[in-house]
Amino acid sequence: MSSHTGKFGEYGGQYVPEALMPAIEELEDAYERYVLDNEDGFMDEFRERLADFGGRPTPLQRADRLSERYDVEVYLKREDLLHGGAHKLNNALGQVLLAKYMGKERIIAETGAGQHGTATAMACAHLGMPCEVYMGRRDINRQRPNVFRMRLNGAEVTPVTVGRGTLKEAISETMRDWATNVEDTHYVIGSVVGPHPFPAMVRDFQRVISEEAREQIRERAGRLPDSVLTCAGGGSNTMGLFAEFVDDEDVDLYAVEAGGSSLDVDEEAGVAPNSATLSTGTEGILHGSRTRILQDRDGQIMESHSVSAGLDYAGVGPELADLVDRGRVHAVNVADDPALEGFHRLSQLEGIIPALESAHAVGYVEEHHDELGEVILLNVSGRGDKDLETVLEETHGRDIEGAPDINTFETTGGFQ
Amino acid sequence: MSRIADAFADGPGFVPYLAAGDPDYESSLAYVEALERGGADVIELGLPFSEPIAEGPTIQSAIVRALEAGMTPTRYFEFVEDLDVDVPLVCMTYYNLIYQFGEGGGPADFVRRAAEAGIEGFVVPDLPAEEAGPLREACDAHDCELIFIVAPTTRGERLERIMSQVSGYVYVQARLGTTGARTDVSDRTAESLERIADWDVPKAVGFGISTGEHAQRVIEAGADGVIVGSALVDIVATGAERGDPAVTVASKLEGKARELKEGALRGATGNERPHPERT
Repeated sequence: MSSHTGKFGEYGGQYVPEALMPAIEELEDAYERYVLDNEDGFMDEFRERLADFGGRPTPLQRADRLSERYDVEVYLKREDLLHGGAHKLNNALGQVLLAKYMGKERIIAETGAGQHGTATAMACAHLGMPCEVYMGRRDINRQRPNVFRMRLNGAEVTPVTVGRGTLKEAISETMRDWATNVEDTHYVIGSVVGPHPFPAMVRDFQRVISEEAREQIRERAGRLPDSVLTCAGGGSNTMGLFAEFVDDEDVDLYAVEAGGSSLDVDEEAGVAPNSATLSTGTEGILHGSRTRILQDRDGQIMESHSVSAGLDYAGVGPELADLVDRGRVHAVNVADDPALEGFHRLSQLEGIIPALESAHAVGYVEEHHDELGEVILLNVSGRGDKDLETVLEETHGRDIEGAPDINTFETTGGFQ
Repeated sequence: MSRIADAFADGPGFVPYLAAGDPDYESSLAYVEALERGGADVIELGLPFSEPIAEGPTIQSAIVRALEAGMTPTRYFEFVEDLDVDVPLVCMTYYNLIYQFGEGGGPADFVRRAAEAGIEGFVVPDLPAEEAGPLREACDAHDCELIFIVAPTTRGERLERIMSQVSGYVYVQARLGTTGARTDVSDRTAESLERIADWDVPKAVGFGISTGEHAQRVIEAGADGVIVGSALVDIVATGAERGDPAVTVASKLEGKARELKEGALRGATGNERPHPERT
């Protein structure tokens, strides 16, 4: 694992336009001084704000009914209870605060599911920074509640209409804005992706998840877990949860990706009907770093798919790619259907409506609990309010165990 | 001296850009050839990549049109071979396409094939000097130039690092942001040129140049050449939108190229500052 070189094995690096390089170097310097060396008490202020504004520590909950169902001990790290409803605030607050320490005057961000945009908008409102969020047109349509939340917090939401209008287009667009306004603007990247120092820095802001979880599970279960599982899109909650367990060789780490509707790829159409980058991607260069990506034989980036907008991305963090290559992390995946099943399962058995992202990890436990040992730690990375419309639509017409009869809603007017 | 650097030796160089295959293979061949008739000294020929993070909306749309019309790296090399032009060609693309070509895992196959097809240099906007070692080696092995961009934000050690790597010409980015035609030429151009005045490669300025007058002013500010993309791509886009015959669009491109080249020439006539290469 590296903080200083920006390389994780073969992966990482800085592949960005020259105009951005000085900003990246400036950020690298700020990361080392403020985050790694706690200069001017930066990390102290960050942790204080995470506690007071963010509501940390989040609880570790023993999931009694899931434990009973699987005959194992299942513990849930409740990042859905963090302010804003997802782990994203850890990173957004860290970066917006860092931007302030650096004397930047404006924040830009991109968002897929809207959780990162929401977290950034909240952090900006909290710290008094102007904020513009780029979001794909298609994602705006499927994540309307989050768009509204961003605007309530005073952020400007700018639709991106090129391509398919999802996260990868939004990232490209935000990089363009950054290249134009680099002198006074900080780009809050929402995951452990992008050029160095972002992958290391975002991991360090998210590391608090595993710092807490590791201590909490030792207290509650009296030992470390056999398996630690969480969903993986770009990989920020993944690296946040794994960071403190990487050196515990007896703990199995599972990154659960979106298997979408299929793992097969339509090379001709340039479409991958999944977002399982670690499972099916190949090495390449995208959005500033060398990592695993979904690409065709020529190196053109593929359109990805997941029922969860938050996992729908053709790249993944370089550190996670390296940990998978080294055999330290198991890259597994769950298709749309079992993910939806996981969504309903956690809602009905535990009274927790999870984000569709997290539902993938629940779906994996449902299918593979026999292989995961006796004590399982699962990250509920976010709550599912933002996904209700998608779930209503996607559950309809599918045979999903434990799902309510959606037609009942329709005859009574649904959620209208 | 390489053919690319040589192109700037007898007065200001005019370096137009078009995306290969925009809006279709055959028309695009005619358009690139029209640029040479209009006075191009070097042509930057874009190989379309699906995530062109350094490009503004105009060139991004051109890339989408070209990709939709079936442009691929393999097809691009055929395109270069089918072109009937004498001026040196520079391939402008993103690193992932270079990296993945052939056996993959490195730039060697791409550069070899490009050189075979007739490409003499490369501009790779997402490849900073720090990561450019393998491509530099491949370029040296095939006598190709590796052109780097210097941005208004580039200073100090970064300038040194780029100077030690650059060949052919240096692409001076006239202002921050992405590519795209503007109505004015940045004041930062002169300042940027000042910083690299002692480099022994020609300095070509790009980003935002769209008229003969802009070209003139850039040369007057001390540049050895002008690079123009979006203003030309706009002509292709308008033609494609209206369904104009390729010959009409080609003739407009030739006219625009001539205007830009003549502007550059006027700038040189009025420019009494000595060029470092020629002193």
